Amino acid sequence: MQRKVFQLLVDNQAGVLSRISGLFSRRGYNIESITAGTTSNPKYTRITIVANGDEAILDQIEKQVGKLIDVRKVWELEPESSVYRELILIKIRATDTQRQAIVSVTDIFRAKIIDVDIDSMIIELTGNQSKIDAFINLLKGYEILEIARTGIAGLTRGSENITILE
Amino acid sequence: MLGADAIARCLLEEQVKVIFGYPGVAICPFFNSMLSVDIDRVLVRTEQNAAHMASGYARISGKVGVCVATSGPGATNLITGIATAYADSIPLVCITGQVNSEQLGSDVFQEADITGAVESFVKYSYLVKDADDIPRIFKEAFHIASTGRKGPVLIDVPIDIQNAPVGKFYYPSEVNLRTYKPTVKGHVVQIKKVIKAIEKAKRPIICAGGGIHLSNAAKELRDFAHKCGIPVVSTLMGLGVMPTDDPLYFGMVGNNGKSYANRAMNESDLTIMIGARVADRAISQPDLVMDNTVLVHIDVDPAEIGKNVGPHIPLVGDIKNILEDMEKYETDCSCGEWIDTLNEYKRNEPERKAPRKEYVDPAKFIAMLSDKLDDDAIYVADVGQNQMWSCGYHKVKNGRFLTSGGMGTMGYSIPAAIGARAAAPDRQIVAVCGDGSFQMSMMELATMQQHKLPVKIIIFHNGYLGLVREYQYNTYKAHYSVVDLSGSPDFGKLSAAYDVPFFRLENMDNASEVIDEFLSIKDPALMEIMIDPLDVVK
Repeated sequence: MQRKVFQLLVDNQAGVLSRISGLFSRRGYNIESITAGTTSNPKYTRITIVANGDEAILDQIEKQVGKLIDVRKVWELEPESSVYRELILIKIRATDTQRQAIVSVTDIFRAKIIDVDIDSMIIELTGNQSKIDAFINLLKGYEILEIARTGIAGLTRGSENITILE
Repeated sequence: MLGADAIARCLLEEQVKVIFGYPGVAICPFFNSMLSVDIDRVLVRTEQNAAHMASGYARISGKVGVCVATSGPGATNLITGIATAYADSIPLVCITGQVNSEQLGSDVFQEADITGAVESFVKYSYLVKDADDIPRIFKEAFHIASTGRKGPVLIDVPIDIQNAPVGKFYYPSEVNLRTYKPTVKGHVVQIKKVIKAIEKAKRPIICAGGGIHLSNAAKELRDFAHKCGIPVVSTLMGLGVMPTDDPLYFGMVGNNGKSYANRAMNESDLTIMIGARVADRAISQPDLVMDNTVLVHIDVDPAEIGKNVGPHIPLVGDIKNILEDMEKYETDCSCGEWIDTLNEYKRNEPERKAPRKEYVDPAKFIAMLSDKLDDDAIYVADVGQNQMWSCGYHKVKNGRFLTSGGMGTMGYSIPAAIGARAAAPDRQIVAVCGDGSFQMSMMELATMQQHKLPVKIIIFHNGYLGLVREYQYNTYKAHYSVVDLSGSPDFGKLSAAYDVPFFRLENMDNASEVIDEFLSIKDPALMEIMIDPLDVVK
């Protein structure tokens, strides 16, 4: 099993996301995360998909997605030449005695505490996959009440931008 | 001009000659506008068959087939036909009526989210939101359906859009789809690699698929195979690419194919797959094919390459274009010994076990029938045992063999044959079906009579859903469940009810005379042939 991050530039119109997610579900491809948002040009939407599978499946994903008529461009965001970020919100049980220890872990990871309640707090962390995994791992000693993850957003390094579509 | 008039104009611009459809309120503005254009309108008896007729029409005319249905159940009835066309890459434009735009999503009478429902069976779909978009959308739809890997496109048109005024009608001469640019020309480096591989090969084989028909490249394939002296096998969808009696043709591959065709594939040292998707019924173990052979895969759809088997030499492009390019090279493959071996295998193919004498032998019957058919006859096989026997024993000359390959949709043969008739008024057309598949579309006898689109129909009557019965015999020790077709009508009386001449063949004794008579009368005609209920495919 491998993991790949694909980036898609698609026409910003109704039904595109359902065509893409429908393709994944009917062909049985595994999506780890999918994020979508408009680009600097409101005509287009950028979609970032993290998918799992063997080499052949990942190759098929790229080709089949590329066949969709609304998809302007699809390519792999290779780790060396791209940056990825994900945002995560963690709600954690934090009693008086635990609070200070959690705050110091939070500081080390440059995460932010964005809400504190009598016996819980919510921490916000932005980072790449390994940073987020390491952070969650460190918090395992505490009682994690909720996790919300946004999925990966990513960009290719360098000055290339949306104007390649024009 | 209203939206509906604009649609009719678009069909004229696309030189559509005939549409197959079924009206309902939500598509009535369109049918009203059709009164003022010179395009034939065929009323089917159920919407599924409108799509099948459009499919038969498209496959014979080489043009896009058009079918039309109303909103809700009309649209959902089309789905099986659309899926059937999608599986075999048949170009269709399917037009559906839809409820008022403002009421979309509120579950009003006869509302169905058809663009959502057909999502996985179409190349693309449109929900028209502005009547002024109609010309652009139709231009795009016909373009998408008929280029690259062909397939169905659906256009859903709410009734208020059909009734909305359209400003100036302007039909675009070109489409502007920047992301949709199918590769036509094969890459010259890859072509040279293929030529080199052919020169090196001692035991080459071409496996010809349905893509060759879709690219209208049968002639180019024959020329290429003969020029290089490479033997050819075909898939189910590729049948008819070569005449069955061509000295370089070695039958159909697959689990229902000829064993000598499969041996040819297994023992080759160079396999050239052309317009075939290496599907499970043709190549059951794609990995094995790769073991001893250099695999070349030529297809217009890059996603097919590497989907089921990873080729050594991929070549993307339109097959006709690629074959024309390849013909320019001087290649000669001196593989006479290999062809001798294949002929030896062919001679040693075991004969099929004949059924009991009191019944018609389907293999002999089909062979006899095809000998008597015109050179360019169109033979449409349904799905089931009749289909397997047909692909095993029908000898294609310069005609066509049509069937539902990818989806295996029962009831395909009669509507597809009627659609083919609309495309080829003067050719001999025979639909072959079982007593099961016949009853799935026998209502279309009325369509055939009403619209003077007569075809010849042969029913293989064994009183069972034969292929499933055979499967239950082998898998469930002959515990038959829901395969007995008792209760079927008297097909003779049914023919009389539709005013169609009827023939019945009990056994092989007078087969030749009955077939002669059946073929000699002017269409339409229906023949019932009695098959041993326990007869099996092989």
